[in-house]
Amino acid sequence: MELYLGIDVGSVSTNLVLIDEDNNVYESLYLRTKGQPIQVIKEGMQLLKEKYEDKVTIKGVGTTGSGRYLAGVIVGADIIKNEITAHAIATTTFVPEVQTIIEIGGQDSKIIIIRDGVVTDFAMNTVCAAGTGSFLDQQASRLNIPIEKFGDLALKSTVSVRIAGRCTVFAESDMIHKQQLGYKIEDIINGLCEALVRNYLNNVGKNKEILPPIVFQGGVAANRGIREAFARALGQDIIVPKHFNVMGAIGAAILAREATNGQKTNFKGFMVADFNYETRSFECNHCPNHCEIAEISEEGKVIGRWGGRCPRWEVI
Amino acid sequence: MKTLRITFPYMGNYVHAFRGLLEDLGYEVVMPVKPSKRTLDLGVKYAPEFSCLPYKIVLGTYLETLPKGVDRIVTSGGVGPCRAGLYASLHEKILKKLGYQFEMIVLEPPLVDLKGFYKTVQHLNYKNYSLWYIYKTIKRNWRKIKALDTVEQKALFLRPRELTKGSVSARYKEVLQYIINAYSEKEIAEAEYEALKELEKVPVDLNRLVVKVGMVGEIYVLLEPSSNFEIEETIGHLGAEVKRSMFLTGWTRDNTMPGKSEDLLSVKDAAKPYLPELIGGHGQDSIGNAILYIKQGFDGLIQLAPFTCIPEIVARTILTRISQENNFPILTFFLDEQTGKAGMETRLEAFIDLLKRKKLHKLEKAEKGGKLNGTLSWN
Repeated sequence: MELYLGIDVGSVSTNLVLIDEDNNVYESLYLRTKGQPIQVIKEGMQLLKEKYEDKVTIKGVGTTGSGRYLAGVIVGADIIKNEITAHAIATTTFVPEVQTIIEIGGQDSKIIIIRDGVVTDFAMNTVCAAGTGSFLDQQASRLNIPIEKFGDLALKSTVSVRIAGRCTVFAESDMIHKQQLGYKIEDIINGLCEALVRNYLNNVGKNKEILPPIVFQGGVAANRGIREAFARALGQDIIVPKHFNVMGAIGAAILAREATNGQKTNFKGFMVADFNYETRSFECNHCPNHCEIAEISEEGKVIGRWGGRCPRWEVI
Repeated sequence: MKTLRITFPYMGNYVHAFRGLLEDLGYEVVMPVKPSKRTLDLGVKYAPEFSCLPYKIVLGTYLETLPKGVDRIVTSGGVGPCRAGLYASLHEKILKKLGYQFEMIVLEPPLVDLKGFYKTVQHLNYKNYSLWYIYKTIKRNWRKIKALDTVEQKALFLRPRELTKGSVSARYKEVLQYIINAYSEKEIAEAEYEALKELEKVPVDLNRLVVKVGMVGEIYVLLEPSSNFEIEETIGHLGAEVKRSMFLTGWTRDNTMPGKSEDLLSVKDAAKPYLPELIGGHGQDSIGNAILYIKQGFDGLIQLAPFTCIPEIVARTILTRISQENNFPILTFFLDEQTGKAGMETRLEAFIDLLKRKKLHKLEKAEKGGKLNGTLSWN
């Protein structure tokens, strides 16, 4: 069988998907990045290798997410694309009539405005509204509630508690304060969901024309409390696609199909799971910019460098 | 008489023309070094926290140059409510407090106070050259600035069309030297001709469908690449042609899109329906140029602004409306020492992708299944 591989390396999760020519998702892996992208890319490739090595042919590979360049050189990507384009491509494939995409991941949140199937505007968090996913994670573990159940708890709330949502640091101290005053945990969590939605709409969604159908995706879309809070705030139904947490990877896979267009792929093969990767970084002292250059080697051979403001280190 | 040592802020390629001008006035020029991370670090250390990025970089530049021994600094002033007009005095105070001895000479715009401007020029002319000589010197170096602009614009045009990534930038860097080394007007004209000819030899694909992006914003972050992470080069390599609204030689008409040229409004007139007042800095220019770019059929606009820059913040809010009313994508970057290159690149790439997809969509619709003339490159 001939499939396309998409890899999305984000701050919280690393996702790998396999899709066929007709965008059917054959496999989707959702792994925790845990600050070790190389390790987790290898782990993902190992899982795919065990299951598919002899059964499928990979005809194209695309990478996206903040670790897209790293993933790209490790697996031999045909296309390395930013996460906004990747998300938009995937969503318009599954929900062709979509007009607004709300995407909240671990560190970044974005809004993508689509008209007639084409992205017409987008925004990504700027000064704040960052780290929503990570913050929810942290609060769940502080309250000792599994993250999977965190959002559901908000649905039990009967009273609206207002939590300061300008900044997660203030949100946390406000939450703690309300807990000390004896508020019910479900009301506080509901208030937190509402605060995060308010923050998103005021920072990321500001000035954007949010028209239905609205698709909500990214890891945070698993949180029912946030989902409901969005529906209330926007007065609209919120669509959460089936593969909501791996949409970036799916988009990368679709882009890989477009990029290869029948030509030979650069994919190195599943054996990259067995290779040894080493990284090092150094300061270039050639000019006063003192760029920090990061370098990755595969089996002792340098395969990628980043961080320079000039092309000096780009050629390998 | 002792030959005075002079320096000035670093701003794009123009430093080479400034150098020529001041050398002709009998100075020994202490060239400011191209701003680097070290320059910015120095500026941030001694500047007020909420001053803007240009302020910090220029202060850093002085701090790097003054230890080499400088008698005079010459810089520009400003009009209107933009605080840039006060920056020279503030720079002077900070630098003198740090123990540097020098004289700060501020050139205010001549139209504001002609007499004052003349006096400043005469003061700069400490070797008492004749007015005729000064006129010739200015004329010659103005010609140099024009040549620098022309060649730069050529590079902006060619970069998204190059067959080998980076080839235009590499060649551009070399041919720039022709102009830098030229002295007389005749030499400058020849150098310009040669430079353009050489640039045109870089293999390009002129049929490639390229999106056109206008660029507006505050003058320093527009003109000094080190302050904006070399954004024009990045955009060029993403496959888009950049048209910068600001060149020292003034507004140039867009000749690359025949059939679209209507008689252009002045930038000020274009801005009027949205922003009739001069609000200092280049806020009104940003609005006016945005309108002109829309009229000229550009695909999108990028606004570059220093963080905390009031004129550009005002412009930003109006640009939102302009963007909505005209269905015209606009992306704004507020820059300061905290700005990260990775985030900027992600947004830029997404923005250019958006413009390309949109343009393709429009063309496909227009040609209804007909074959597209040229293809958009994805990488």
